[in-house]
Amino acid sequence: MLSLWRKIRRTGRVAEPPPPLPEGERPERAALLGGSVQIRHVDAGSCNGCEIEIGSAFGPVHDGERYGARLVASPRHADALLVTGVVTRNMAEPLRRTFDAVPAPKLVVAVGDCARNCGVFAGAYGVAGAVRDVVPVDVEIHGCPPRPEAIVEGLRKLTGR
Amino acid sequence: MSALGVVGGVVQPVLIVAGSPLLVGLMRQVRARLEGRAGAGVAQPWRDLRKLLRKERITPRGTSEVFRFAPLVLVATTLVVAVVVPFVATESAVDPVADLFAVVALLALGAVALALAGLDTGTAFGGMGASREMTILALVEPTLLVAIFALSVRVGSTNLGAIVSSTLHDPARVISPVSLLAAVALIVVIVAETGRIPVDNPSTHLELTMVHEAMVLEYAGPDLALVELASAMRLSVFLGLLANLFAPWGIATEATPLAVLIGVLALVVKVGVLGGLLAAGEVFVAKLRLFRVPELLAGSSLLALLAVAASFFLA
Repeated sequence: MLSLWRKIRRTGRVAEPPPPLPEGERPERAALLGGSVQIRHVDAGSCNGCEIEIGSAFGPVHDGERYGARLVASPRHADALLVTGVVTRNMAEPLRRTFDAVPAPKLVVAVGDCARNCGVFAGAYGVAGAVRDVVPVDVEIHGCPPRPEAIVEGLRKLTGR
Repeated sequence: MSALGVVGGVVQPVLIVAGSPLLVGLMRQVRARLEGRAGAGVAQPWRDLRKLLRKERITPRGTSEVFRFAPLVLVATTLVVAVVVPFVATESAVDPVADLFAVVALLALGAVALALAGLDTGTAFGGMGASREMTILALVEPTLLVAIFALSVRVGSTNLGAIVSSTLHDPARVISPVSLLAAVALIVVIVAETGRIPVDNPSTHLELTMVHEAMVLEYAGPDLALVELASAMRLSVFLGLLANLFAPWGIATEATPLAVLIGVLALVVKVGVLGGLLAAGEVFVAKLRLFRVPELLAGSSLLALLAVAASFFLA
């Protein structure tokens, strides 16, 4: 316990100073949320590359939570869905149902090239389409996988902080 | 009903409702700083609540009135406790309700209402959370009663106002073995009852490890806001009770504006410090395996029994 305390003292703050607020248009409904966005992450058929980057976007260095975004465990608690990966046939219906379970006003963020336009999996037999083909998408974040900075930037468009 | 009691009965619920989300924000902030993060700010829980109140209300298919009324029961019982327990003033607005047994029963009623709501959703996780919550509640409530009872033996009354005033008049009691044993038992009980690490993890995403969170998975919008507010209020109520049972200094004993102001400030400082310590302590411990939790609670129960025994033999 003492060694942990010493480690905390020695490490100090590892969060990087916040970059300036991203430019570009914000989805209109995001203003209704008033600086607090609860996020439910849905893996619609991802290779887990985006998941690792989401994990580090909420880690100590990029600290997505300081802008008012928080990952939650239930779509009923959520304001936004963070969808990764191509939508596979098996996940199309669960994704639609998850979207229906979110109370309005709700937003969808498509993370990664697969979610935007199927990426390298375009045309594969198990793929139902991009996220936009199943549920309406408000914000898109590109990259394969997107850098944590890009994910944080996308989330800040929702929180406005 | 005295003037001081009325003042306390008005100031306390306002203070607890306004301050408890800030307490949760403070605890998240302390945790964030110790983890090297920047944190979302102390006011973030209020922003969350404001947003939730504006959102759509969803009632899942197949749920009944039990699901709809549980958040109201939870908030109402906690609010009654906030009115009657001596937090800011030693006298209570409704003196008979400021009784040890009534207060513990009110807090248990809220927890039971939420557990029933968890069952009512009919989901696997709701039922699992409810069963776990009841297991923990059944082990915690006797300890809570016995620990405060140990303090009431010397006073000869189970009225919380009387217990607090008597400690105020005789400060040497605080360092007696009875007080120390009861304090340790009560701290473990509060950690278990408010769902903090090592008993439950309030920020978990793994449904299988959830206790409190699993019961509220189906709540959305304004209902969720009520549940979150009530959980925050319960945390402040328990910490306020702990602070005032063992360190009641600063609490108002007369109905002058200055005394009430000092009482408010003393409560804010005491609960803030306790919350900060609790959050800092959470960084250093891991969550206990569910089957190990009864051992921890049995230990605290033993300490509470020893406190009662000591209060008879050492008095």
